[in-house]
Amino acid sequence: METSRISQLPGIRGLPLSIREVGKRFGGTTVLKGVNLHIREGECVAIVGRSGCGKSTLLRLIAGLDQPTEGSIRIGAQPVRGIPQDVRVLFQDSRLLPWKRVIDNVRLGTSDRDRNTALHALEQVGLAEKASAWPSTLSGGQRQRVALARALVAKPRLLLLDEPLGALDALTRLEMQRLIERLWQEFRFTLVLVTHDVSEAVTLADRVVLIDQGNIDWEVNISLARPRIKDSGFAWFEQTILDRLLNGTMSSAAEERQRSVTFSI
Amino acid sequence: MKTGKPKRLTAAANSWQPWLIPVLILAAWQLAGLEGWLAGRILPTPLEVAAALIDTLRDGTLLEHAYVSTKRALIGFLIGGSIAFLLGLLNGVLPVAERFIDTTVQMLRNIPHLAMIPLVIIWFGIGETSKLFLVALGVAFPIYINTFHGIRSVDPGLIEMGKVYGLGKWSLFTQIILPGALPSILLGLRFSLGIMWITLIVAETIAADAGIGYMATHAREFMHMDVVVLCVLIYALLGKLSDWIAKILERRWLKWHHNFSAQP
Repeated sequence: METSRISQLPGIRGLPLSIREVGKRFGGTTVLKGVNLHIREGECVAIVGRSGCGKSTLLRLIAGLDQPTEGSIRIGAQPVRGIPQDVRVLFQDSRLLPWKRVIDNVRLGTSDRDRNTALHALEQVGLAEKASAWPSTLSGGQRQRVALARALVAKPRLLLLDEPLGALDALTRLEMQRLIERLWQEFRFTLVLVTHDVSEAVTLADRVVLIDQGNIDWEVNISLARPRIKDSGFAWFEQTILDRLLNGTMSSAAEERQRSVTFSI
Repeated sequence: MKTGKPKRLTAAANSWQPWLIPVLILAAWQLAGLEGWLAGRILPTPLEVAAALIDTLRDGTLLEHAYVSTKRALIGFLIGGSIAFLLGLLNGVLPVAERFIDTTVQMLRNIPHLAMIPLVIIWFGIGETSKLFLVALGVAFPIYINTFHGIRSVDPGLIEMGKVYGLGKWSLFTQIILPGALPSILLGLRFSLGIMWITLIVAETIAADAGIGYMATHAREFMHMDVVVLCVLIYALLGKLSDWIAKILERRWLKWHHNFSAQP
């Protein structure tokens, strides 16, 4: 059985990621504060949290689409300034250009616009026969697969996924998770996955990081063998993370109620 | 269940039903003229108009005047259209340009350009320049607004994706912004083509010595009503032709768009 320590294999291509004391403010609202996270090369880390906890903002800061108001982010040895090379993002909507055919959308990912490289990438995601199709004729799952091919065609060393499977149906989601895991094991890039789906996080990640109210609340290493099956060990991890996610907020709500009752006397 | 029959019926019905009423109207019109219910000097019969068509085609006057009118329309369109298009692009892409220029453009837009005819005659006389100026003014605003709006409506998510995938400013413009704005731009084109013909028709009533408007005025002075009706029809035909060309462009350049693709 394979271990989950892919990052320990030789010849690893992924870039390490170093996030120090990062904070982000939008006007008066503090979305992130004091975030510290170190991700090893080739590791797969899932960032989970409720909506609005700041996980997508953190991903955008890593991708260089936004600048942190405090702290620093380093990819490999370089601080992030603008949009870094070797980094690719998969968004929640596939963001394919509707006026380009599938193959031309994938070619967008390459620097030399080579058709054969793009075709090869499409083969990897199983959509080579749709190369000449228009994106509007594809299903949601197919579009995300094309987006994945586009992201991988330039062999990135850091791949950021921003809840890419949220809009897909349950079965397609499972297939995509398998595909992502397989490609990650083959190309050995560093993978950062932002998701609200705890099951997805446990399926794919070496490590799950919980963000709550702009801060890292908790981290847990998933010490399950790959490929991950939904056995009791899986369920244990899932339940523990869910408990932490949900109870954390529930108890603070209960505290609030208590406080308001006490002070009204 | 009768599944085969209704389909064949609809195809046959589609071929003649839309034309029934127009043909009946034509027949009634011809009859009214023949029976004398409609005086020849009010409205000539369809056959008389057809005869006028053949005559003017044969002596070359129709083609000559149609050519002059079309040339005026197209030159005015190119002048007004290209200025408006470039301005729309500029204001769409650079917010600082929009802040300075857009208000002025909007104020000018609210002046009906045809109402400016007396001013235009005083400024430019009754020659070609005044006609070209009017056409240019008329076509400018639909093209400006639709180009500007098209550029501003491009999905910002796509632009962000382009940046992440390393597209430079020029590539972002040619591969994402311009194609994204194209449906709106072509819509502006179709609107402005309609206004182009209307403006031309009115502009040609200002004294002219060539063109379809001149042909109509000249015919009216000699009570050749069949030529007058013919001119009206020629204007209509030219308008339909330009709209048809615009539609072909749309179908070619926008075949990726779900509105225009043949696939479901």
